[in-house]
Amino acid sequence: MKEILVCGGTGCISGDSRLVHDALEQELSRQGLEAEFKLKYTGCHGFCEQGPVILVTPKDNFYCKVAPQDVPNLIHQLKEGKVYDELLYVEPTTNERILTRHDVPFYKKQQRLVLKNCGIIDPENIDDYLSSCGYKSLQKVLKLQPEQVIQEIKTSGLRGRGGGGFPTGTKWDFARKSVADNKYIICNADEGDPGAFMDRSLSEGDPHAVLEGMLIAGYAIGAQEGYIYIRAEYPLAVKRLSIAIEQAKARGYLGKNLLGSKFDFSIKIKQGAGAFVCGEETALMESIQGNRGMPRPRPPYPAVKGLWDRPSNINNVETLANVPVIMEMGSERYAQIGTEKSKGTKIFALTGKVNNTGLAEVPMGITLREVVFDIGGGVSDGKKFKAVQIGGPSGGCLTEEHLDLPIDYDSLLEAGAMMGSGGLVVMDESTCMVELARFFLSFSRHESCGKCTPCREGNTRLLEILQRIVEGNGEMEDLDRLQSLGENIIQSSLCGLGQTAPNPILSTLKYFRQEYELHVKNKVCPAGVCKALLSYKVMEDKCKACGLCKKSCPTEAITGEKKQAHKIDVSKCAQCGVCMEKCPFDAIIRG
Amino acid sequence: MEDISKLIDKYRGSHGGLIPLLQEAQDQAGYLSRETLEQIAEGMKLSLAKVLGVTTFYSQFHLKPRGKNIIRICMGTACHVRGGASIMAKLEEELGIKTGETTKDLEFTLESVACIGACGLAPVMSINDDIHGKLTPEKIPEILAKYRRQEAV
Ligand SMILES: Cc1cc2nc3c(=O)[nH]c(=O)nc-3n(C[C@H](O)[C@H](O)[C@H](O)COP(=O)(O)O)c2cc1C
Ligand code: FES
Repeated sequence: MKEILVCGGTGCISGDSRLVHDALEQELSRQGLEAEFKLKYTGCHGFCEQGPVILVTPKDNFYCKVAPQDVPNLIHQLKEGKVYDELLYVEPTTNERILTRHDVPFYKKQQRLVLKNCGIIDPENIDDYLSSCGYKSLQKVLKLQPEQVIQEIKTSGLRGRGGGGFPTGTKWDFARKSVADNKYIICNADEGDPGAFMDRSLSEGDPHAVLEGMLIAGYAIGAQEGYIYIRAEYPLAVKRLSIAIEQAKARGYLGKNLLGSKFDFSIKIKQGAGAFVCGEETALMESIQGNRGMPRPRPPYPAVKGLWDRPSNINNVETLANVPVIMEMGSERYAQIGTEKSKGTKIFALTGKVNNTGLAEVPMGITLREVVFDIGGGVSDGKKFKAVQIGGPSGGCLTEEHLDLPIDYDSLLEAGAMMGSGGLVVMDESTCMVELARFFLSFSRHESCGKCTPCREGNTRLLEILQRIVEGNGEMEDLDRLQSLGENIIQSSLCGLGQTAPNPILSTLKYFRQEYELHVKNKVCPAGVCKALLSYKVMEDKCKACGLCKKSCPTEAITGEKKQAHKIDVSKCAQCGVCMEKCPFDAIIRG
Repeated sequence: MEDISKLIDKYRGSHGGLIPLLQEAQDQAGYLSRETLEQIAEGMKLSLAKVLGVTTFYSQFHLKPRGKNIIRICMGTACHVRGGASIMAKLEEELGIKTGETTKDLEFTLESVACIGACGLAPVMSINDDIHGKLTPEKIPEILAKYRRQEAV
């Protein structure tokens, strides 16, 4: 039977994919085609840029930007066994229509292991998950000894996808060896990094895979209870996880004596309340306990003393979703993917000034060039590539010289960046790196919980320095202050927030020092972003004295009579840029 | 108030029940009033300081009522010189509140921001996710009415 898979991810829903789904449902029933076509409302396909998207199997035809009014024509073609050309993806460089999803450049270099069900199964229907080998890994695991399961994960080389890249098998081993009356598995679905949404997509698109990962982890370390800590800003993910939990209970995949074994396991959902620092593991546990989400020093590590002082194992959503995949394909085969020390795949959220934004799962060790140019389709509006920021507010930037760097945990650290959550923001020549650093720092400072001084006070001072640089009041000594204070904060902060907050500054200072110097010495922002450093000028030889700029200037800063080149009074100018937009002769420049 | 005691009963025995309790209490009223917080502290056998400490830590919780529609008026330079102040004055007059406040009927909250990034359309304001540009004081009542109506249906 043919399947019509309509994307029901958050991105496509905001483009009204629900209406498309409903129109399809009506049309299929009107024409009595329900037996021929199975309609499904799935999770995210990753190519949110082109949403709402539809995939039609078995031929893998991929339709983009579908509107409800397209439905009659689409069904008409499908009924005849044809393809509806109008809605196929158009390759922007060749203008060619591409027939199947796997030939779309965005998907070509991807290796969708963890995302294999996302966009394919109906996340609100456990039968769909079961029919794509769901809970098979759990069955396999329950026949093994817990130690054997841990050994499998160790052999696979899986490392934590939540940012730190700690080996998952080793972490489980610690928790297994702690003795206690009760232990916990915690799934970290807080995903606070602005620009990352892989955990949301996984929870929305394949919630049972997350539950199965937690079950396997629970069996391995000897825990009976699990918590999913998820940010309240993800209502759809909360809903789909809750449905999945109920369905798994009803089918005996959660509860007592699972699948006839002696293993009991239950899962609860806890919603966050809007605090970035609660993604940090010790703060997260405080928050579950109903307290202010403040981190505490480690050791003791959660594996020894975690939630309610019991040994706890905390993993990220994507890490846990890797677990059933590993058990299904075998750890040795899994370990063949990726680089020597970073195994498997990683999901990146590709955003910023890039043509194809969305989620892409690629093998570790892929180069940045492949991600940005082959999958991402290059920089948008034909502009020049400047840098990518990887890892959000705790990460760093990579430049042109890194384009051929194979991306893995260690190569990124060496380059002064970090994997973080896998947010990849592409920047072009019109991005000011100093302003970008200021932006990230103001985020981190705002989210600092205030418990330790280096982070609370230090980041505030860093922000003040950056603020004066972008306002044109910086001095050269400020650059050294940024460097030494930044290093100091990294050394002395209590938790990962403070320990990484200065990273965006240090890495932009390293790779774009000249841009900082121009701001400080020459009072110029080469990207034309920092308003205080901009001034608008009329080039007299080009000015035809048409008076348009004068008319449109909101501050009456422009003067000039007929047939006389106009002038801008810098003291009155509000740097709004309207005159430059209005000038028909390109006679006004900014610099 | 009765509902709050029911909520408290629901969470009293539960481990770490304070945050979900605050979330549900806020869902009911749109914010957390002093009385609600006092009642929660008493019912949960916690100090008011503890309850307030948790409430103020998380950005999701509001201690003052907020409107259904959030108006953000741009006070960036370009908007300011193009009469942003007169727009703000008109809004304050129409709504009967000052910037930073919420109307009594909880329809609107009025806030100011530094720049919306639409300086070419100055003066600008945003209501929820919509941007309204090229404003004049005369246009304000009409725009507000549209949001009031939307709420009515
Ligand atoms: C400030 C801060 C925020 C964090 N936010 C997250 C997050 O949103 N999601 C996440 O999985 N890990 C986050 N982490 C990392 C967690 O502390 C923890 O290392 C991770 O959940 C462990 O899972 P893993 O081993 O599977 O990666 C954050 C860490 C810090 C310091
Ligand atoms: S939400 Fe539809 S492709 Fe991402």
